[in-house]
Amino acid sequence: MRDKIIYGIGIAAAAVIAWNLYAIWGLPDEVNQGSVYKIIFFHVPMWAAGGTGAVTSLVASVLFLITRKFKLDALAVASTEVGLAFLTIGLATGSIWGRQIWGIWWTWDARLTSALICWILYAGYLMLRRAVEEPTQRAIFAAVYSIFAFIDVPIVFFSIKWWRTQHPQPVFWGGGSFPPDWTRHFLWNMAAMIALGVVLTAVRYRQEEAQREIDSLRRMAHAL
Amino acid sequence: MQSMASSSVSVAAIPERRRPAAIEFVRQIFVVMVKDLRAEFRTKEAINASLAFALVILLLFSFAFEEETTRDISGGLLWIVFAFAGTLILNRSFAREQPNDCLDALIAAPVPAAALFLGKALANYFLVLAVELVSLPVFGIFHNVNWTRQFWQLMVVVALGTWALTVIGTIFSALTVNIRLREVMLPMLTYPILIPALLAAMMLTTDLVAGKPIGPDTVSWLKMLIGFDIIYTAVSVVLVEVILVG
Repeated sequence: MRDKIIYGIGIAAAAVIAWNLYAIWGLPDEVNQGSVYKIIFFHVPMWAAGGTGAVTSLVASVLFLITRKFKLDALAVASTEVGLAFLTIGLATGSIWGRQIWGIWWTWDARLTSALICWILYAGYLMLRRAVEEPTQRAIFAAVYSIFAFIDVPIVFFSIKWWRTQHPQPVFWGGGSFPPDWTRHFLWNMAAMIALGVVLTAVRYRQEEAQREIDSLRRMAHAL
Repeated sequence: MQSMASSSVSVAAIPERRRPAAIEFVRQIFVVMVKDLRAEFRTKEAINASLAFALVILLLFSFAFEEETTRDISGGLLWIVFAFAGTLILNRSFAREQPNDCLDALIAAPVPAAALFLGKALANYFLVLAVELVSLPVFGIFHNVNWTRQFWQLMVVVALGTWALTVIGTIFSALTVNIRLREVMLPMLTYPILIPALLAAMMLTTDLVAGKPIGPDTVSWLKMLIGFDIIYTAVSVVLVEVILVG
């Protein structure tokens, strides 16, 4: 049953993405930017999905420290890993857009810098997990680190904002304008990416649980 | 009647010997700090390595940058030296307890993990601070920088920035003590988290070394530094028990 739900969400997300790709392909070019503006339909949803992953990871980590249920640890790893993949694509799409519009791949602007630090922090989480052998210790350390990393993100953001800023203001909350049917595609893409994230996290979660079971069986075999 | 009286006397005598919890906590922190400092001053392994390392980097900077450039980016250079040299001390903080299972004994001792953490953090704080206070004049001499013009404000920034460095460094020293590639993992995990604090300290230090006092446009960096210190001290004190005991 759980499999069917997961695959159902996956198929729905794929269908929405396919439909959106077709629709976005047909949208006219923007006056100043040409066709490269269309990257926003993917860039922003990537960050939304990555952010969802980070929040899920924080909640799972805190709950793990309280309840000590290893399922929550598996959820934390799964959502961090999938979130990191989305953040990577978010950085890459942003970089491509920057190359076209600003003429440079990268600039040390507030959002870009804090996004990169965010990426490094979560990559550190995965590296830390690899360095700890003992499963219980690994889960605890990873959860603690996840909390530290999550607290750091807003502080990093504000500190770098005072430092310098040049990323375009958000289209939706700070001026800028989007025709209504573009907004519809944008929001559907956002929903589809988050759904895709949920599916990937669910698959990765199941793999992590299976891995834990294999490890415990192996230990049992050793003990016998 | 006689025995009741004598027993009530002995019961009354106990509270006299017991100190209030807060004072006891401070005393425990102090004991751990003194123990760490004493162990360090007997071997001098961490502080010597850290100091030598700081001087070598300062020397390398004089080849890497022109004197003019050095003055413009003094805050950045100094805090890179402090962060790198500090890591050498912080790496040893919990690793020192590993031989003879001292760490297990410390955890088993009737001292709360928070006191253990704060004691170790304070010991590290003074060691890192000592390295910094030697590095500063050396930096001034090698690079012809008159860095004492805003001396006391600079000391405040150094004190706050160093606390950020040590509080994060000590908690992650506890976290990385048992894991593979400890020496690599500690800076890998701490530097990204330290970025806001280091950025604030660098900005302020560059201004202060140039003789510009903290003004309305830079005071927000000072607030950020204080906020960072408070938030992470609180989070570390809450989470250290989980890290050490499980």
